Amino acid sequence: MQQFLAVLIDAVNYASWLFIVASGLTLIYGVMRILNMAHGSLYALGAYTAASFVGFWSTHGYFPAGVFLMLIAAAVTVGVIMGPLIERGLLRLLYGKDEIVLLLATYALFLILEDVIKLGWGVDAYYVSQPYGLLGNVTLAGLSYPLYSFVVVGVAVAIGVGLSWVLNGTQRGKLLKAVIHDREVSQTLGINVSRYYMVTFTVGAILAAIGGAFTAPQISVSLGIGVEVIVLAFAVVVIGGLGSLPGAALGALIVGLARSLAVHYWPAVELFCVYFVMALVLVFRPQGLFAAPELRKI
Amino acid sequence: MSTASSRSAAAVLQARNLRKQFGAVTAAGDISVGIERLSVTGLIGSNGAGKTTFVNMITGYLKPDSGTIEFDGRDITTLTPRAITRLGIARSFQIPQLYDALSVEENILVALGTAARNGQLGPATAPRGQASRLARQQEEQALAQILSQFQLRDYRVRLARVLPQGVRKALDIALAMVARPQVLLLDEPTSGVSSEEKFAIMDMIMTALAQQGVTTLFVEHDMEVVSRYAQRVLAFYDGRVIADGEPKRVLQDDDVRRYVVGMSHAAPAGARSHA
Amino acid sequence: MSKRLDPALAVFLALLAALIAFAAWLPAWAQSLLSIALATGMVVLGLTLLMRTGLVSFGQSLYLCLGAYAAGILNSKYGVTDMIIAVGAGALVAGVVAFLLGFLMATYRHIFFATLSLAFSMILYGLLVKSADLGSTDGFNLTAPTIMGIKLEGALSQRYKLILGAVLAAIATIGLWRYLRTPLGRLAPAIRDNELRVEYMGASVRHAVHVKYTIAGLLGGIGGALAALAVGHIDPDSMAYWTVSGELVFIAVLSGSASVIAPFLAAAVFETLRMLAHDYSPNTWQLSLGAAMLLLILFLPGGLASVLVRRSREPAP
Ligand SMILES: Nc1ncnc2c1ncn2[C@@H]1O[C@H](COP(=O)(O)OP(=O)(O)OP(=O)(O)O)[C@@H](O)[C@H]1O
Ligand SMILES: [Mg+2]
Repeated sequence: MQQFLAVLIDAVNYASWLFIVASGLTLIYGVMRILNMAHGSLYALGAYTAASFVGFWSTHGYFPAGVFLMLIAAAVTVGVIMGPLIERGLLRLLYGKDEIVLLLATYALFLILEDVIKLGWGVDAYYVSQPYGLLGNVTLAGLSYPLYSFVVVGVAVAIGVGLSWVLNGTQRGKLLKAVIHDREVSQTLGINVSRYYMVTFTVGAILAAIGGAFTAPQISVSLGIGVEVIVLAFAVVVIGGLGSLPGAALGALIVGLARSLAVHYWPAVELFCVYFVMALVLVFRPQGLFAAPELRKI
Repeated sequence: MSTASSRSAAAVLQARNLRKQFGAVTAAGDISVGIERLSVTGLIGSNGAGKTTFVNMITGYLKPDSGTIEFDGRDITTLTPRAITRLGIARSFQIPQLYDALSVEENILVALGTAARNGQLGPATAPRGQASRLARQQEEQALAQILSQFQLRDYRVRLARVLPQGVRKALDIALAMVARPQVLLLDEPTSGVSSEEKFAIMDMIMTALAQQGVTTLFVEHDMEVVSRYAQRVLAFYDGRVIADGEPKRVLQDDDVRRYVVGMSHAAPAGARSHA
Repeated sequence: MSKRLDPALAVFLALLAALIAFAAWLPAWAQSLLSIALATGMVVLGLTLLMRTGLVSFGQSLYLCLGAYAAGILNSKYGVTDMIIAVGAGALVAGVVAFLLGFLMATYRHIFFATLSLAFSMILYGLLVKSADLGSTDGFNLTAPTIMGIKLEGALSQRYKLILGAVLAAIATIGLWRYLRTPLGRLAPAIRDNELRVEYMGASVRHAVHVKYTIAGLLGGIGGALAALAVGHIDPDSMAYWTVSGELVFIAVLSGSASVIAPFLAAAVFETLRMLAHDYSPNTWQLSLGAAMLLLILFLPGGLASVLVRRSREPAP
């Protein structure tokens, strides 16, 4: 029982982390039909920037709880700079091209940003333990957990609820859905589609960076963190159905549970169980769990 | 051309009680139609009447919710478009379905290659060794024939992407004809073509079809075209057949004039026939 | 469509012949570079066949890796050191796996094809990392190979690897060139353009994709085995991880799909640049790759092949 609970808690923690990253990925895909491989680099940039911001804050001895603000500030900074830059500077040149071409372009961007990080922060690892240490541990079902992990869960829930509210409960969200449904028609209706694209991409970039920033305290921020996260996030959104937010949430939970089960009961398969689940889902639901197949009208 | 009165001949294609529903829309509500061998049938109906849906069901793109389709006495209701094409039913599309990145010639060569693989161009009789050279010669001949039949020679090396609409239509139909089908279903062969060009295109198609002895059904909005080329007309409305018979009679039918031709057509279209 | 050899292919075959004849006079580093380029080119040749069909695999490292491990295991675990057998084993294992997975992959397109292929390659990666017998993340070394019973040491071994690669490249390019002129081969660009029409011509898209996927896997396995021989060492990170597939996709984009020789040229360019970057600017290697890829996508979407193959659009005389 205790072990089972531990499995569940690990699963939820892992799923929250995955969902934060995957939500931005699926949002961008849903609106712009771009499977953004550079999402992994934005995640890494978020982590590195958070390391720098938190380091700056701590060395200046400002009030300790401010490090949490620094995490958010880092993510927003990365998103607000990189989002418009990438969307306006590159993606806009490629709209209307095949989805695969855009995938390749964002892969190229991913390669570039990997080295940009190397040039900006060097090859040494960074540690951002302050937010982690600040909160201490809690004991659940006889096991001790860092309270910080539950902060990440809270952030994931907040993002999920916030995005759903914006998409379903606000005027802008409804207009965005119109843009998703039919770009040309929305344009003729006077909706500024180009702006929606830029804002969407920026929000997606912020979400990626939040993922990185809030993960930074739990890991050593080093080269290659974006490389791993992007394929995991792929798996999550593909399992859930590309472009579906509830799908991303479910996908994250499934992947989180699969990994947690593997870690606890069958460590040999830990590394690939995620991809195995993904392949399995695609075999039975080629469009993912939450997306419907389209019949072409002829 | 034989007359529409030869009803005694057995139907090569027989649809029975076809139904197809898209949500609240009835695209086919109990359609039963038999098409005789070597006949030319015009299919008319206003937008959304279910004409394309009918063609889609015959050729296996859509499965009817209920009902059956027989070809030469064989049930083809559940077959795929591929299997149905191999049996000898071909179609063209309302929006031409071409290989846009390939030239006209390459479009046809792809189709010829497939038809040859499926044994639809007749058995290869050459002895081994010469077979490939002979096959190539046959391919060249077939290509030249199709290019001239469908007046595509001037466009031979042009990419399909840049062809004018009328030529796209012609190529689309040519691709359907490559495999020498027994039955050909044409979905609006003249749509998007200027009214002056319509008759030229239809003349070209009908000549090519008559040479090969193909049972033809074509969907058409222009009543003049229908009355000139069809021996029989089927009028669709709301997923049902509301009239069926000789063009003259069908085009003067009250329901047809109300629901299909539209009241604005004061004179019965048949009377203005170019025939 | 004549069967006469296309001039670019003829030139390429002549180059390979020259390479075989003069291999002994090449410096060791050039022999090694070219061996690796030929191996990579072989994998990319398969990738461009898929691209011609409209499919991008982000997991072709799966077949590279299977080929390499098949050759490597025979060589160092079973003492079967013959190079030809090694390559045959790589081709066989990769080809069989591609044939089996092909039943599934042939029903996927676009991003789903890309991500599912990625998933399969990552499964193999995960398996290899946990396989202590195969050296886990460290991998293992191959022993000096032989060819038809002849023991090859040092420079001789190096030269024969290059010659084998060149011979296989010649066979593969001629074979694929001919295949692309058969009715089944010609379906590739048709499928990329309009699957619906292909089905309505009476051809099976699924079957055609399956065949192409299997061929691509087979070529991947041959390339992998050649790479294992050329490098003399195999490990999961440099053979199976998704970034390896990413590099292969880069080379395929550089190559373009309209020519069967472009993959080898692109691989040679890539390996040369990698060598230079390694020596002069290791920290900007990926940056240069990414920038080059963006420029290719924007300004030369057909890759090197589009320069090699200028298709005549003038009326035939
Ligand atoms: N795949 C589909 N999904 C949903 N509704 C469909 C689909 N195909 C057809 N319909 C609907 O079924 C009805 C009949 O459509 P169909 O295309 O058969 O009409 P049509 O007679 O060919 O019209 P048109 O002259 O405009 O081509 C229409 O209301 C159409 O919107
Ligand atoms: Mg229609």
